[in-house]
Amino acid sequence: MTQPELNADRTTAAGVEAPPSPVPARVAPFKSGGRVAMALWQAALGIAVLLVWQGASGRLVDNFFVSNPLDVGARLYRWTIDGSIFQHIGATLYATGMGFVIGSVGGAVLGIWLGVSPFASRLLNPYLNALNALPKVALAPLFVLWFGLGIESKIALAAVLVLFLVFLNTFAGVREVDQDLIDGARLMKATRAQVIVKVIIPSAMSWVFAGLKIAMPYALIGAVLGEMIAANRGLGYLVQFSGSQFDTAGVFAVLFVIALLAVGLNHLVDMVQSRTERWRIISR
Amino acid sequence: MIRIENVSKSFYKRDTAVDAVQNMNLVIARREIVAVIGPSGCGKSTLLNMIAGLYAPTRGRVVYKGAPVSGINTDVGYMTQKDNLLPWRSVRDNVAFPLELAGIAKAERLDRADQVIQHVGLSGFEDRYPNELSGGMRKRACLGRMMLYGAETALLDEPFAALDAQLKLAMHDLMLRLASENNQTVILVTHDLMEAVTLADRVLVCTRRPATIALEQHIDLKRPRDVLNVRFSSAFKEHYDTLWERLRVEYSEERV
Repeated sequence: MTQPELNADRTTAAGVEAPPSPVPARVAPFKSGGRVAMALWQAALGIAVLLVWQGASGRLVDNFFVSNPLDVGARLYRWTIDGSIFQHIGATLYATGMGFVIGSVGGAVLGIWLGVSPFASRLLNPYLNALNALPKVALAPLFVLWFGLGIESKIALAAVLVLFLVFLNTFAGVREVDQDLIDGARLMKATRAQVIVKVIIPSAMSWVFAGLKIAMPYALIGAVLGEMIAANRGLGYLVQFSGSQFDTAGVFAVLFVIALLAVGLNHLVDMVQSRTERWRIISR
Repeated sequence: MIRIENVSKSFYKRDTAVDAVQNMNLVIARREIVAVIGPSGCGKSTLLNMIAGLYAPTRGRVVYKGAPVSGINTDVGYMTQKDNLLPWRSVRDNVAFPLELAGIAKAERLDRADQVIQHVGLSGFEDRYPNELSGGMRKRACLGRMMLYGAETALLDEPFAALDAQLKLAMHDLMLRLASENNQTVILVTHDLMEAVTLADRVLVCTRRPATIALEQHIDLKRPRDVLNVRFSSAFKEHYDTLWERLRVEYSEERV
């Protein structure tokens, strides 16, 4: 259990570091030469770490505990060749994706609804705070009871993690909408629905995206954790299984795949955001 | 048509009250162009906000076409000091926004928006976003949007402040033309006495905060006015001097 937890913590830290500001950080405008040079430096660092790992393994640290890059690579190669890794990736991706979509939609709808209705938000405030403080992972056993051992319980766990993050961001975003813009629209005979659809939602969009970006890794965490608790497929299951077999190389190989997925998914959210928020990006 | 009856407005910051407007009485006729001038922070914008129904007066009432204003007054077009363009919309979509709210078909509203954009001299910038424009260009986009809304009363809060001299004249001309074409009532808040006398039928000088009306001057220059040359007439100079004399008192008191 220690390895995946470590992974979870790292993702958490990265998620919190990403500022929940409505203005998404922009990549500094590297010149193309500088960009290539930096990529080379990054590759060099990665190779150096792998070399140190390979060198230390078996000499400084027992190979049993840290395995080594060659073994991990060989394992990845074997899983890829026999295709066994893909059904696990597929299961995890499906649970992550479904959880993310359900949680995002739920969180955004809840955030907008509570954001525009002061009565409901004040009514539900203490309960939402309590629910939010609850470690959602602790709901996992309940979800297994409710949704069974299949993929549904993993989706539910991922969705619940995502829902609160997206909800909190959306709610904050709706509350931050410039009152002058709302007044301006109302003076032009905008109905309440028009104000919500044409002013409040677009204005809160960058907050929603900030929430989606933070929530993306959590969807993956939820899915993987769910699989670790009870499953017969998925990367979480595989990491758990490898660990129980004292197969360190296997554990590292799965972690590598999970990290790769996390990077890819984050990139996906960035791409969607830059397409929908062209006005914001143009300005910088 | 607009009556300000004994209106006072105070803002409360914790326990201390700040009086922005005090015992103001004012009647504005249909199709009249009224300029309100006075030291900055004297409550001129507060007055506009009350006519727009964004603020309720603390005492007194604002009557618009015989009915007291309570809540948003959608008969006015309000161009605030801060430009309220929607940052995620292009200039064209911003200008067309009031038509979109009214449910006018896309082709028609974009067509009309483009015409207005040309009027305010923003041709070529239709697809730009507000944060790509200068302050003056944003003001012009706001002005265009208000024109398309076509309200019977226009509230203008320093609409031409960020423009260079040439453009200002062109905008003055445009404003006068549109106001008379559309039979609009205009209330214009400004710092610029020259502008006030050039455009208005009546200039009101406000005192320092809390604002009351210190002087009311009817500007009986004939219409249509030539915004470029009207300032060289002797009648213009008389009005200007009288107003400036009173205004100087307000400003010098402020400095003490």
